[in-house]
Amino acid sequence: MSQAIAVEARNAVKAFGVGAQAVRALDDVSVMIRKGEFFTLLGPSGCGKTTLLRLIAGFEMPTSGVILLEGADITYLPPNQRPVNTVFQSYALFPHLTVAENIGFGLKMQGRPAAEVRATTGRMLALVKMEAMAGRKTSQLSGGQQQRVALARALAPQPKVLLLDEPLSALDAKLRKDMQIELKRLQTETGITFIFVTHDQEEALTMSDRIGVMSAGKLQQVGGPRDIYNHPVNRFVASFIGETNFLAVQRDGDGLRLAGGPRIEMPLGAASVGSALTLAVRPEQVRLVAADEAGAIPATVSNLVYIGTDTQCHLQMADGTEIVARVQSTASGEAGLVVGQRVGLRFAPGAAQVLED
Amino acid sequence: MSEAEEAQDAASTRNGWLLSAPALVILTFAAIGPLVIMLVYSFLTPGATGNVVWKFSTNGWTGIVYARDIFDETWKLVDAHMVIFWRSIKLSLITTVLTLLIGFPTAWFIATREPKARAVWLFLITIPFWTNLLIRTFAVNQVIRNEGVLNTVLLKLGVITEPMRMVYTDGAMLVGLVYVYLPLMVLPLFAALDRFDRRLLEAGYDLYASRMQVLFQVILPIVRPGIVAGSILVFVPSLGAYVIPRVLGGGKQMMVGNFIELQFGQGKNWPLGAAISITLLIVVTVALVFYTRAVSGEKRDG
Repeated sequence: MSQAIAVEARNAVKAFGVGAQAVRALDDVSVMIRKGEFFTLLGPSGCGKTTLLRLIAGFEMPTSGVILLEGADITYLPPNQRPVNTVFQSYALFPHLTVAENIGFGLKMQGRPAAEVRATTGRMLALVKMEAMAGRKTSQLSGGQQQRVALARALAPQPKVLLLDEPLSALDAKLRKDMQIELKRLQTETGITFIFVTHDQEEALTMSDRIGVMSAGKLQQVGGPRDIYNHPVNRFVASFIGETNFLAVQRDGDGLRLAGGPRIEMPLGAASVGSALTLAVRPEQVRLVAADEAGAIPATVSNLVYIGTDTQCHLQMADGTEIVARVQSTASGEAGLVVGQRVGLRFAPGAAQVLED
Repeated sequence: MSEAEEAQDAASTRNGWLLSAPALVILTFAAIGPLVIMLVYSFLTPGATGNVVWKFSTNGWTGIVYARDIFDETWKLVDAHMVIFWRSIKLSLITTVLTLLIGFPTAWFIATREPKARAVWLFLITIPFWTNLLIRTFAVNQVIRNEGVLNTVLLKLGVITEPMRMVYTDGAMLVGLVYVYLPLMVLPLFAALDRFDRRLLEAGYDLYASRMQVLFQVILPIVRPGIVAGSILVFVPSLGAYVIPRVLGGGKQMMVGNFIELQFGQGKNWPLGAAISITLLIVVTVALVFYTRAVSGEKRDG
């Protein structure tokens, strides 16, 4: 089992500054990243995701804690001795070298024979479909092309782990979508462990095998995209990924009661012990039913926002609590609702998540 | 193109020439004029009290290499002239290399400071320019002469028992040249290093380069234009240096600049002085062309 782990961080702490002003960019983070998986570190800027990446790359040393690569301690190994390569946010391509020379740089520095450098460079150029550009200077390339060269350069030495530091953030929306698919393809083809850093939740959900959600220097939750989306462990994860309604609820026997509202039948896990809880419900999990249906929560449509395939339906409950439901648009356009209409709300027991904070 | 447009084009060309006329006049009189005079003088005969006599002669040019022996009237190679030329080139080259070796870490240090500190360091680098070159050179003389600061201190400390002879040697001139021309190396290097994207260092380390490989494979090729500019700014004035060899070489250890001055002064051989001046100009031009070709030649395209 232990050899299936590519990278492991154990109680990694990184503090910047000293004494009282010290800021913990990384606060006791432990994570295991499996061999061959596409792992994404997701979080808002300043959450410590890039710091963790830099610890794995070797650009920074942790204040305390250990970084392991395939079980070996690499905490204090300099970057040029780690079989780990990085795709930088700014690409950091060498302006004095051609595309091919950039890609071959790592191999050349490793002292590989010229023939091997040439052969591998050729293969990498083909892998990222840049054969036609081999002799160009990097300044003559578009953003997307530079991105491909940066990828090929980092993949050429066949690292055990590839680190990607928000590599798609400089690209426009269309190109970013293409590159997401491209990246996933490259990862599958090469079988290399990818650790991808992003603040874009959609990017994370699309590409990742597993996601680590970070906030304020701490790892909040690790899990598959569906897991993270459907079963967020806390309010931060629920709000950061996708849209969510947070409803204040109270424990009521083996079910829940909306603050000043009706009782909701919901099997509660034994872990939920606090009396004041938060119920997280995704807008698309809120079903609209007839106002008089038994057990439904009564609400009034306060606003309708047409967003293409769906209509966002803003509703107000009896006690004034706002909740958003997403209803699929009908052919005619607006989901057959009007502002001011009285409706009933329901959510399936499995679709809502009870949070304690 | 219509006739009217052609006429307009011609008019704008004419206006262009007219507007640049002041600059052209200055260039003609200040740059090309003196060169032409030098060229003409180099083919004339020296006058008895200096100046020239209007009689064609190539003695100015041959005099660089050969001289008539005053006893047997035969033409011989003048070793002394060659020694002066060789010393000038040698000292200028060493000065360029030394200023590069000292200037690069200095420029790197300044370029990696905070913007505020950077301004202070750059300001300090330019301070020597505020003082006259002659005074600065005499200051160096004061430090290294036999009764100078350095010898006095070393004698007092008992490190040496008699004063070291440092002044009026090639080494003394080298110290002066490096000291005076160092800022001219640091400033263009700083400009290049300031533009250098330091994220490339991480990219280099990440791709298995050692520190030395990062220096030679990443930093130096990228800041090459700064190195070229600094080297030219140091090499050219070093080769023509006059005050520094005069004060620190003591008139005996001459460089080309002093030698030229000698011909126009005591030597009373203006054609020879003019010929040497033009030779110096040609040497510098050829050296620069080869140097810039050699250092930027590795690029395949423009």
